[in-house]
Amino acid sequence: MTQRITIDPITRLEGHGKIEIFLDDKGEVANAYMQIPELRGFERFCLGRAAEEMPRITQRICGVCPTAHHMASARALDALYHVDPPPAAHKVRELFYNLFTFEDHTLHFYFLGGPDFIVGPNAPAAERNVVGVIGKVGIEIGGKVIEARKQARHFMAEMAGKAIHPVFGLPGGISKPMKSDLVDALRKAAPGFVDFAQFSLQAFADIVLKNQAYVDTILADHYAHRTNYMGTVDPDGKVNFYRGQLRVIDPSGNRLYQFEPHEYLNYIAEHVEPWSYIKFPFLKQPGWKGFVDGPDSGLYRVAPLARLNVADGMATPRAQEHYEQMFATLGGKPVHSTLATHWARLIEALQAAETVERLANDPEILSPVVRRLPEQPPTEGVGVVEAPRGTLIHHYATDAKGILTMVNLMVATVHNAAPIQMSIDKAARGLIHAGKVTDGLLNQVEMAFRAYDPCFGCATHSLPGDMPLRATIRDARGEVVTVVERKTRLGA
Amino acid sequence: MAEKPKVAFYWCASCGGCEEAVVDLEENILKVVDAVDIILWPCAMDFKKRDIEAMDDGSIAVAFINGAVRMSEQEEWVHLLRKKSQMVVAFGACAHLGGIPGLANLNTKQEVFDTCYHDVPSMDNKDATVPGVESMVDGHHLHLPRFWDTVKSLGQVTDVDYYLPGCAPPADLIWSAITAILTGQLPPKGSVLSPNKACCDDCPRKDSKPDTLEITEIKRPATHLADPDLCFMAQGFICMGPATRGGCGSRCIEGYMPCRGCFGPMDDVFDQGAKFLSAFASILTPKDEAAIDALLDQIPDPTGTFYRFSLPTSLLRRGKMGTPV
Repeated sequence: MTQRITIDPITRLEGHGKIEIFLDDKGEVANAYMQIPELRGFERFCLGRAAEEMPRITQRICGVCPTAHHMASARALDALYHVDPPPAAHKVRELFYNLFTFEDHTLHFYFLGGPDFIVGPNAPAAERNVVGVIGKVGIEIGGKVIEARKQARHFMAEMAGKAIHPVFGLPGGISKPMKSDLVDALRKAAPGFVDFAQFSLQAFADIVLKNQAYVDTILADHYAHRTNYMGTVDPDGKVNFYRGQLRVIDPSGNRLYQFEPHEYLNYIAEHVEPWSYIKFPFLKQPGWKGFVDGPDSGLYRVAPLARLNVADGMATPRAQEHYEQMFATLGGKPVHSTLATHWARLIEALQAAETVERLANDPEILSPVVRRLPEQPPTEGVGVVEAPRGTLIHHYATDAKGILTMVNLMVATVHNAAPIQMSIDKAARGLIHAGKVTDGLLNQVEMAFRAYDPCFGCATHSLPGDMPLRATIRDARGEVVTVVERKTRLGA
Repeated sequence: MAEKPKVAFYWCASCGGCEEAVVDLEENILKVVDAVDIILWPCAMDFKKRDIEAMDDGSIAVAFINGAVRMSEQEEWVHLLRKKSQMVVAFGACAHLGGIPGLANLNTKQEVFDTCYHDVPSMDNKDATVPGVESMVDGHHLHLPRFWDTVKSLGQVTDVDYYLPGCAPPADLIWSAITAILTGQLPPKGSVLSPNKACCDDCPRKDSKPDTLEITEIKRPATHLADPDLCFMAQGFICMGPATRGGCGSRCIEGYMPCRGCFGPMDDVFDQGAKFLSAFASILTPKDEAAIDALLDQIPDPTGTFYRFSLPTSLLRRGKMGTPV
């Protein structure tokens, strides 16, 4: 008899995510589907809006990474209005953006992704959370984590009005120059951010890398997918979050393309399935081949590991050392092990902290000239940034008055939608045999999610606790056979 | 020790910013966790609809619900939580007013689907596939929640006791709302939990707010530089401050950008956009209709500006469409 397993994490990607697993009559996995049961329709209801309002509208796509949408939108407005911001405006934006990336990445490590490794993948569920992390690394570190978030968000609010939904991005720059007392405070705080990122990498090395079992877990085939990768690089080929060209490599590491953001439509497209509101991007060459990886697949991945895979290195010296160590440890580029994303994320956090320190000490950051007014009528523009969870594309067209006539948004987690679907399928197939479902299923599926994670646990990533999961096994008539669940307790 | 009050957090069509706002309570979040028993919080805890269904009616002390109501599943959750809760608080601009997702009321469901799954330039969808409520894939039956034509605020779907405004609500207002609830020191039912005064009253630029507005041009942030100290209205920029409730801490103004109205109207004002227009027109120096109209014509996207956060709860509620609202 065919069985259906429903895993309903009820955490968020624009609301909710849900997994349906179907077993054949031998109890083996026939198919698994990750469904996104929500749509809000920004691409439609933004039509008719004034273009310069987009940084303040599109950030409501995600209140956890509003800064990424705000910045992608501001970059798109620069292109739309054919205006390059003054150097100081770019620097303030980039400083702000790196502050955000640092805060978001380190928090993810301690609160969400890290517990699996720091506390252990097989530790009791009740310990596999931020409190368990603090127990392992020390209480003062817990205080540091909270303090780092508080400090970074305070600076962000001072710079851009609000930490949740900033307001300062405009075509040709920003609305507000930096004040000297704020820059002084940033200069004082920045070395602490660098120290904290380095400490986090050391903790990762001590706890994870010195434990062969953990390294084996990272490298397990179970968590690997041989896909293409995409990410942004600067003119030297180094990782950049704020601007650059998009580079795509194949599963063997060969460079397929490197292109300007406005050329993205030549290379990527989106596929629709009837069973999910999310769209599934793919490379136009070779095209949509379904949910498969390997050399002939058109699927690509984004996010920290993808960025490190495509780049020639990190843009800052300390991060570069860790970059070299990571690829030496994991067997060279590209790394296909999804769980290595956690390591890559911390290396990026260090680059972000080093970049904050560099820009805070750049005298030009205090320039009052942070805006260049457009001199040409708006037409069409593409803006790309690297959100914490991967490449984020905003593409607008307007009439001559700057009223939007076309909006296209390709969001980080959407790029990863098809690979996540594959990962769920692989985890399910690896675990479920002869119709037997155990608590282990939940953690394995959870770990497959979490490496890409954050938009699935978008808000979760700033809260203690595991991703909550429940698997309900029903027979073909919908009768419940078994329920396996793990509750997550706040602060437990 | 007496049983701690049970508290639920739930989200509908929202961005997660309201959850971040709760976390931004910083050390106060620990006091909340100490004082109450959180029995539902999708971003942090496991639950299932039937867990809540199994509870006695009225056994949840307070449910904080953020987000607009856009999908069938959200509406089902709202009705369930209302039944189980003694108090429901609409948390944030989307639950309060409909919010930015409510701008989708300018379109129909069909238009949203046509754009998202057909028109956008990255789409490769020759078969014109659209996600459906029921689908058969590889012989398996899959189900998705229904996408409504019209976005509603929480108060349009169920009985709401209090409204906490803002996108996102600031930490001090969240904290004072929680404190008021825990100590039972609550204003009359239906109140908006922020002072009933205009945003302008707290504005750091209020001294330069003009009694009469001698402007001949509406300026846009895209194409004009704004003075960092003067009232935006005095400079000719549209600022929703005069028609917007205060209590936000002037956060956008501190970012040197004009207000967009996320706190909604003050008490006794039903339509924030109409209120703005009347306030705006009354201070304009040109008094003849033609001159006023000429000025208003310069405002880009009046609907999306005056009703940025409040379209579903305005007199308009939504754009025209073939099916009933």
